[in-house]
Amino acid sequence: MDALDVSRWQFGITTVYHFILVPLTIGLAPLLAVMQTIWVVTGNPAWYRLTKFFGKLFLINFALGVATGIVQEFQFGMNWSEYSRFVGDVFGAPLALEGLAAFFFESTFIGLWIFGWTKLPRLVHLACIWIVAFGVNASAFFIISANSFMQHPVGAHYNPETGRAELTSIWELLTNNTGIAAFTHTVGGAILTAATFVAAISAWWMVRSGNTEESRTMFRPAAMLGCAVALVAAASLGLTGDFQGKLMFVQQPMKMASAESLCHTETDPDFSVLTIGTHNNCDSVTHVIEVPYVLPFLAESKFEGVRLEGVQDLQKEYVAKYGPGDYRPNLFVTYWSFRMMIGLLAFPGLFALTTLWLTRKGRIPTQRWLSIFALVTLPMPFLANSAGWVFTEMGRQPWVVAANPTGDPNLHLTIRQGVSAHSAGTVWISLITFTALYALLAAIWFWLIRRYTLEGPLEHDAEPAPPTPPGSDDVAPLSFAY
Amino acid sequence: MTLQHLWFIILAALFVGFFVLEGFDFGVGMLMEFFGRAADGAEETAEQHRRAALNTIGPVWDGNEVWIITAGAAMFAAFPGMYATLFSGLYLPLLAILVGMIVRVCAIEWRGKIDDPQWRRWADIGIAMGSWLPAVLWGVAFASILRGLPVDAHHQIQLSAGDVLNPYSLLGGIATAGLFAFHGAVFVTLKTEGAVHDDARRFATRLTVPVTVIVAAFGIWTQMAYGNDVTWIALGVAVVAQLSAVRLVWTRRADGWAFAATAVVVAAVVVLLFSCLYPNLIPSTLNPAWSLTIHNASSSPYTLKVMTWAALLLTPLVMCYQGWTYWVFRQRISAAHIPASIGLSRNGGPH
Repeated sequence: MDALDVSRWQFGITTVYHFILVPLTIGLAPLLAVMQTIWVVTGNPAWYRLTKFFGKLFLINFALGVATGIVQEFQFGMNWSEYSRFVGDVFGAPLALEGLAAFFFESTFIGLWIFGWTKLPRLVHLACIWIVAFGVNASAFFIISANSFMQHPVGAHYNPETGRAELTSIWELLTNNTGIAAFTHTVGGAILTAATFVAAISAWWMVRSGNTEESRTMFRPAAMLGCAVALVAAASLGLTGDFQGKLMFVQQPMKMASAESLCHTETDPDFSVLTIGTHNNCDSVTHVIEVPYVLPFLAESKFEGVRLEGVQDLQKEYVAKYGPGDYRPNLFVTYWSFRMMIGLLAFPGLFALTTLWLTRKGRIPTQRWLSIFALVTLPMPFLANSAGWVFTEMGRQPWVVAANPTGDPNLHLTIRQGVSAHSAGTVWISLITFTALYALLAAIWFWLIRRYTLEGPLEHDAEPAPPTPPGSDDVAPLSFAY
Repeated sequence: MTLQHLWFIILAALFVGFFVLEGFDFGVGMLMEFFGRAADGAEETAEQHRRAALNTIGPVWDGNEVWIITAGAAMFAAFPGMYATLFSGLYLPLLAILVGMIVRVCAIEWRGKIDDPQWRRWADIGIAMGSWLPAVLWGVAFASILRGLPVDAHHQIQLSAGDVLNPYSLLGGIATAGLFAFHGAVFVTLKTEGAVHDDARRFATRLTVPVTVIVAAFGIWTQMAYGNDVTWIALGVAVVAQLSAVRLVWTRRADGWAFAATAVVVAAVVVLLFSCLYPNLIPSTLNPAWSLTIHNASSSPYTLKVMTWAALLLTPLVMCYQGWTYWVFRQRISAAHIPASIGLSRNGGPH
């Protein structure tokens, strides 16, 4: 492997890893805020215990998300310096805005929330977790705005004098239709992930506890909240995904053609469900199962009369336009990651419906299979999130900034043009270091999450301590300390 | 003054924010081990002392760390040429800094999660490593930049060991590490009472002379080799503030003013480094014409204008709510304030 391949592996590994943790943070912060709000409004201690219980899981996860996030910002410069030079004038702005308008909020107010349970008035403390929830979602907005510039560059032009992309309108950059679609879709996925997390863990505990006070007051309501939110999130994923897909058929036809293993331009092609190929290209693709009408609808909301370009024809077109080269993404990866992203949705969907049915009218389900179903469902949204990003990033290859068909024709960059001029050996050192360190931390993260989940909501979290008046001299122990 | 000048100042200000705030976080992490040792020998007391020290930064360290994220992103946005050349050029030193910072975040956050001595032992190693490594390496990195890096005509750097491992850069590393340790000890003095407070003051007192000597040596070398008439001001402020801090620590008065003084020292040293650098961003050791400057490495005027508005509107807001956080947690803590471990036992399943 040359330095480009090693750098791509490193970016892939560190980014997929980071984005296993981040959706849980983005989705769980608002759910925690809702739980705490219910407690503050109703005074029901069960919701206080739930806030504390899921709050601990949130913080274990938050730490690793923050730690791995630092790498994300640094490695654009470290491994993709020529990319950074090319897009810095445009791409740096949303990253800096993320720091100033989002990350400062979440990191400062998370400290206030963790340590402030008895230091702050109840409503001020509640506001802290809402600000954290706002901050993590604002972070997602700015980061996805930056990413969407790579998918569909707008608000910028190519300056031949400086040889780089330059910002012409921050407003256009931040209202990129690709960005709006991707942001809503990503947040939908994050909320689905967190809602499934809450629902699955609560359902597991509900089955385990049986018909007890804890099940009735905590686990059943939490499971139902999680399931209801998961269903709404799943529906929003369908809508936002469809919107995003339609944009992609226009903005990056090559990506969508690969996702369908559509090799040749066809009118009203069938949607492929299963395809077998012995080579990772168009030479040996056998479509096994196909469904008519679906693909034209996905592309243009029509059932007939839609002409979609195939990979082979697009390749010829791109060679004519951008010069010799291979402009086809990895067919196998794009095809299967797209199906994985959509297919895995079935788990949380079915699980939420099943659990809502079993808990109807005050019922406490005790079927053991439900707890197994919960554990099987738990990781599925995480995998779907990863698959979605693998699809959208791998489907853009070989571009790192894909040309906008209706924008500046000179504003584009391939992955090979963007990589830093390191030797492969140098990048191997960091790839091995990050992979080993991340593996170790993942093992600890998983063990901690498991340990705290199995412990369940703690007894001593049943009653919140009263706030201590500021400036009091008594040596009351801190309500929270590392 | 052009926007490039303004952004050079904003970038310096963000690094001042980072080093002043994260500086004492690093210092507390560097000294945590010694708080444990200074206690009467009983492991339980030692553990209480270590936790008291760690909890002085508990509610604020995460917010402090965002200053480096923002400084990095601001560099990307305002001086993309510098960001690209520097981050790829200092690849391995930055990798080491990243490893330190990752380990540190997890070690601090996860330390209390499990109530087990062996677990805490590992976390303490992580905190120590994650504090010492960046504290030294940031100094090495900044000194190496000021000394100049082999930037070629295409703004690429082929780094050799001598560019970062040389007497001046290493002195820079020792200087920042010493300065952060001193700054951290003074911070813990301000934030604690009882035995931990006394220990912190003793550490601060012991550090006064060596840190003053090292920082003065680094400051004077910097001034003599890279300074100009104006940079004398920054050096002068650093020296006066350092001597005031030393005097306040020795006379055991006004912990708050002592901390303000060490904060000014850190800020003045960063200002000294940036003002010596100006108008360069990365001086080239190969050919001065190949240096990256605030003019040839900056973003377009439009981007700088947009970012100026964002920075001028948002930075004061950030400083307000971060300042409020320090006010909320202004109470001094002692070992007596530290509750029993909040962590779960290592084993034990559902009950």
